[in-house]
This record gives sequence, C-alpha cells and structure tokens, in this order.
Amino acid sequence: MSELNDLYQEVILEHNKNPRNFHEMPDANYRADGHNPLCGDQLKVFLRVDGDVIADVSFTGSGCAISKASASMMTQALKGKTREEAETLFDEFHRMVTGKLDIETDENVLGKLRIFAGVLEFPARVKCASLSWHTVHAALHGEEDASTE
Amino acid sequence: MVSAKQTSDFDLDTVRADFPVLSRKVHGEQLSYLDNASSSQVPNAVIEREIKYLSEEHSNVHRGVHTLSQIATNEFERARESVRAFINAAEAKECIFVRGCTEGINLVANGYGRKFINEGDEILVSQMEHHANIVPWQMIAEQRGARIRVIPMNENGELIIDEYENLLNERTRMVAVAHVSNALGTVNPIREVIATAHKFGIPVCVDGAQAVPHFRVDVRDLDADFYAFSGHKMFAPTGSGVVYGKQEWLEKMDPWQGGGSMIRYVTFEKTRYAGLPEKFEAGTPAIESQIGLGAAIDYLNSIDLDAAFAWEHELLGYATEKLSAIEGVRIIGTAKNKASVLSFTIEGVHPHDIGTILDQQGIAIRAGHHCAQPVMQFFGIPATARASFAFYNTKEEADRLAEAIEKVIQVFG
Ligand SMILES: Cc1ncc(COP(=O)(O)O)c(C=O)c1O
Repeated sequence: MSELNDLYQEVILEHNKNPRNFHEMPDANYRADGHNPLCGDQLKVFLRVDGDVIADVSFTGSGCAISKASASMMTQALKGKTREEAETLFDEFHRMVTGKLDIETDENVLGKLRIFAGVLEFPARVKCASLSWHTVHAALHGEEDASTE
Repeated sequence: MVSAKQTSDFDLDTVRADFPVLSRKVHGEQLSYLDNASSSQVPNAVIEREIKYLSEEHSNVHRGVHTLSQIATNEFERARESVRAFINAAEAKECIFVRGCTEGINLVANGYGRKFINEGDEILVSQMEHHANIVPWQMIAEQRGARIRVIPMNENGELIIDEYENLLNERTRMVAVAHVSNALGTVNPIREVIATAHKFGIPVCVDGAQAVPHFRVDVRDLDADFYAFSGHKMFAPTGSGVVYGKQEWLEKMDPWQGGGSMIRYVTFEKTRYAGLPEKFEAGTPAIESQIGLGAAIDYLNSIDLDAAFAWEHELLGYATEKLSAIEGVRIIGTAKNKASVLSFTIEGVHPHDIGTILDQQGIAIRAGHHCAQPVMQFFGIPATARASFAFYNTKEEADRLAEAIEKVIQVFG
C-alpha cells in the first residue's frame, strides 16, 4: 500500500475535499471544456488574462480526487503568472507525469505540484492529473475543447 | 445458508483450479477478480484447446482441399454446433460468428435496417442499454430517416413495461433490449418483451452479452429474433462472438460486409451471395477464438452448470447484503431480478479512486460509466464502481471487497 500513499497524499485528499477556485467566472476572457472520454469526467476552466498576466483562474466540474486536486492546485500555481511562465509549468507538469522529467534530478519550477509525480506509478491515472492542464493550455490557445484522448 | 459446495458436485476449489489466472498476485496481494462483466477469465481447457489448434491444426477455413484446412473447417463448424446446442437454436447456420456482441448488433442493425427501416419508422431501445445497443441503431436511424424512442426504467432500474407497450405502434420496426443490464444487473423480462412486440409483428434484437455467462438461455423458448453475445464474457478468448438470427430474417436480410467467403460467384456486374451462415461472415474469421468458444462451452457442459449459476447468484445476494450494510455506500440497480452485477457509489468518493485503491489490494473491479452513459444520466451520477461475479468467485472475495471499501471510506474520511 506504500505506492497508494504516494498517490493519495493528505494534500491531494484535502484539495479534493475543499477545491480552491472552484467556481465559474462570468468575466473570464478565456475558457475551455475538458473531457476525459475514458471515464466521462468533464471539467471547465475559466481564465481572466490581463495583458500578459493570468489575473484569475478557476474551474468547475466533476472528477476523481486526482483530477480535482490537480485542477485545484493548478489554479493556485497559475494565478499571477505570465503566459510564458504558464507555458513552462504546463510543459514541465506534462513531462513529469509522463516520466520525461525527473523531479529529483532535472531542474524545474513545479514546486508543490511535484506531488503529482506519484501518478507515474498509476498509468491509468495519468490523464486524471493532466486533464486540467490540457484544458487550460487549450483555452490559452483559443481552443474551446480539450481531450485526453 | 447452505453452500453450493455441499449441495452438488460443483466444487469451488476444483473450478477455481481450472482458471490459472485466479491464483496470481497483484501488487503483492492475492488477486480477487471481480470484473467479470468486462471480460471473464479463461479456463485451462480453453487455453489448451487454443494451443492444440495453433500448434497442430491451423489453416484457413472453407478454402483449401488440404488436410489442415479440412481440420480447421471441421473444428470451426463443430464450435458452431456447440453454440447452437448451448442456446438451443434450431439450426447451426442461424448462429453467425462475429467478433463480439458489438459486431453482432451492428450486423443486425445494418442487415435488417437497410432492408426494413424507412423514413418515419421507429426503433425502440431501452434506457439501460449499453452503447453497443444504442449507437448502431442511431446510425442506421440517421441513414434511413427513422427515429429512436426510449423505453424508460424506474428508480430500481427496471423497465416500465406499461410504457413499453404504449410506445409500440405501426411505425415501430425494431425493439432492441438487453437481456441483462451490464451497468445495473437488471434481468429484463425478455420473453414478455418479445411476446408483446410479436403481437405487432415487430422483431426483437436482444443484447445477451451479460446473460449467456450467468444463466441458461434458450433462444427458441424466448422466441428471440436476434440474440447477440461475446465469447470473452463467457470464458472464451476475445475475438469470438455470436449473433443468432432466425433463419427467416437472416434469409431476407442482405449482408453488411462484402468480401471473400460470403459469395456464391462474383462478376463485375453482379455478385450472388452465399447461403447462411457464410453470407454474413465476410473475410477470414477469428478461427482460433471461435474454436476456443466451442471449448469454453464444452467446459461449461462438463461442470454442474446449474449449481455453478446458483452459487454465483447466492454470492451476488451475499455481497449485496454486505455492501448495503456499509454506511455511505449506495447500490445502483436494485431490481428484484438481478444477475452478477453489483454497481455502487460511495458518498464523496469518485469511483475511479475506489478502483485504484481496490486494485492496490489486489481486487479488480470496474469504475466508470460502463458504456451506458444514459444510465448514469438517469441516476444523476458521473460513474459507478462495479463488482461483477462469476461462478468461480468466493464469499471470501466478497468479504475482501467489503473490507477494502471500508478502507476507502477511511482514506477519504
Ligand atoms: C450489455 C453489453 N452489451 C454489449 C457489450 C459489448 O460487448 P463487446 O465489447 O464484447 O462487443 C457489453 C460489454 O461490454 C455489454 O456488457
């Protein structure tokens, strides 16, 4: 069960219970829908970008603990970041959960998000962790839909 | 409660020993395989049959004059005869070999639909269908200008038969209903559903994927027009499957796939189709899988199958009782008549998290929408966790399931 504890850490369980920035955003200027066709989970993300800076970001939807906690922590990480910084985070997060970035040895700015390195041991759950990131990425690139297909 | 062990020569330990995978470990824990509705496990008799076929008998069927082709053809047709006897079809040629239940239903939807479904016609499907018995009908309805109407169910997950009868009319061309719901476990009163449709002269296509592995099915007793099922849910390899059709319907339908084997002769102007069953079996079939299906049926015939089914049913009741007693667990699908399937949710925990935590303890269940999204929409939930039993499962496994669920509740507490 030790691997399990790697995945369902206190932080993740806590964000699952009390997701941050979990609401719609009427004045969002970017938004997108994310779908995980495997499980039918759906997620909406909302962003308000002022100039080059992500002034606010939120999400709604239903999903497992991993996807909800990931979305919740993503919104915290993205607030106040520039587009370029967001792009770097997206890239690093994606590489981390697909095993292409080693959080111990490779330089990165993931901070608290490193907790999601645990999904590597659970291949079926990688998409749960990355769905919100794909959705934000799609939103910032002017697309309305993202899918983990 | 009397255990099946004592009441018949169905011996659980012996049967379990027939399925080699059941003794393996997962994450260092003994495997409890409770995902039989997705795909069941394969007994030694089938594995050995496959090995013999592949090492001694393989060739293409219905083609060669050489010895191997003759053997392969004989064995392939012997498997068809085993299927015929198992579902009590009148003729082996009414049992079309397909890749699985999905392909079987697509065959019926296209073969029947292109001939008999027209503009303004109606197709009835039930609210609890698997996508395999919805989407092919939607596709043919769109092509033919027909429309889909839905037979509703109640909160227990039982078809509302009065509403079904009201939906039948002179525009209805087909009724497509599952014998057993894979998401809820409901056993539908399929004989009555068929009898009612027949009063209007309407044929019925039964999705039998979750029925054939769990109780005896007699297509003539049911008077089914079409009956589709998958081998891999009844202890046979993937790639095997059957769609039964009454000869009179199959004769009238055109094939839906063209190619080798399904022709009598071909010129560029015109092709004459072969007779049944070849007319519907274009191309080289999954020969070893279908022979494996024949071997799986032989295996089922070799054990005390009625006792095995009775044991599985007892187990379903036992597990239902156990899970119902856990606070926060909600059983989805509470029909009076159920088979094999125990779908549930835990308050505040997404089914995928349940699935992962159970897997870490060696317990395999399914979590998701079970390819039955309208069922999830009906109950207003994104997904369920689903334990599904076969006759080789034990009460200890049901106990482990219940304990593991307690653990999930603890983790998320
Ligand atoms: C009720 C039901 N119908 C159809 C299917 C489709 O079966 P297959 O994927 O083997 O074609 C399944 C299996 O998932 C099922 O449970």
